[in-house]
Amino acid sequence: MSMSLYHMQKFLFDINRDRDLQRQFKEDMRDVLNRYALSPEERGALESGDIGLIYVLGANGQLLMHFAALLGMSWVDYIAAMRAGVGRHGPVRAGVYAMTTRLDEKVADV
Amino acid sequence: MSLVFAGICSHAPGITGRVNMADRAVTEELYGAYRGMADDLAASKPDALIVVAAEHFANFFMNNMPAFAMGMAESYEGPIEDPKWLGIPHTAVPGNAPLSQQLIREIMQTVDLAYAEEWKFDHGVMVPLSFLTPRYNLPIIPVNINCQGPPLAPLHRAWALGEALRRAADQVPQRIAMIGTGGISHWPATPDSGKINEQWDREFLRRWQSNDKGAMLSYTDEATYRDAGQGGFEIRTFISIAAAARGQGRLQYYRPIPIFSVGCTIANMSIGN
Repeated sequence: MSMSLYHMQKFLFDINRDRDLQRQFKEDMRDVLNRYALSPEERGALESGDIGLIYVLGANGQLLMHFAALLGMSWVDYIAAMRAGVGRHGPVRAGVYAMTTRLDEKVADV
Repeated sequence: MSLVFAGICSHAPGITGRVNMADRAVTEELYGAYRGMADDLAASKPDALIVVAAEHFANFFMNNMPAFAMGMAESYEGPIEDPKWLGIPHTAVPGNAPLSQQLIREIMQTVDLAYAEEWKFDHGVMVPLSFLTPRYNLPIIPVNINCQGPPLAPLHRAWALGEALRRAADQVPQRIAMIGTGGISHWPATPDSGKINEQWDREFLRRWQSNDKGAMLSYTDEATYRDAGQGGFEIRTFISIAAAARGQGRLQYYRPIPIFSVGCTIANMSIGN
């Protein structure tokens, strides 16, 4: 795992379980992200809430699923965002959460 | 006193969180099966319930990831997820710290494990508890197996953990119940979510019910990842229960429910000598 992917996932781990950090993130996103050694691509994806790109960069699905919920995304939108991310940026680059179905496949009707 | 109950069940967050997207009759059938398990658990009159669940990066991360961990707190809290997203209100769950310590001391005779006096329950524990102990009045002792961040403990070590749990349960004065929670084949939290390899699931459950240790331990993570997805790594929790119970399993419920992202499973196992 690249060092910056580790840090992106560390951020997701921290924010998913820490209600204070969630509040700080809403107030000053940049200040919170400055504490993590992120690549520019990772930082941009987190700042814009680009779930599709965060997925393709290799974020663990359990971490990303909760982060998407934190951003207020519905299940349907979350699944669609990951699929769209693969369509835009290509296959998942790291980790064990690669997509194995087709881009036009709706596995559970979503 | 002894192990008085052993079982396995699914813990997928959709089971409670996406209930409004599922077929109502199917959900009622599944919920009925959970209630049946709750009745069987209550009939065993347990003093405490050990929940062997899979790591989801709720408490541990790759800065310090234990292969196995056990809770040692007086009380826990959950869910870590947004309660509306999971469909389970935030609550405190009682533990039993002295009992945890006694169990851990015995387990460590054969298995090195981490322990934690602080532990937040995620869906892996909360979804089963919401059905099995909905008033959260039974002391819970959580056990965690890393099924998430490779390298993972080999399956034979999950078996060894189960053996150690049984030995420990038999040495304490309390009546101990034990469940393993997890999915069989599934691809959760990916666009594949809802993909289920029913044939693979049924073959694993056949091996589990007959408590065929050799057949259960013969899976490789490479083959499991290919055939059953990264979620298939969670068979470790079910294997631990088989090792602890040393009995024969009985499948109470199995049905692939794609919107819940898993073949929903409920089974119990007799307690062997």
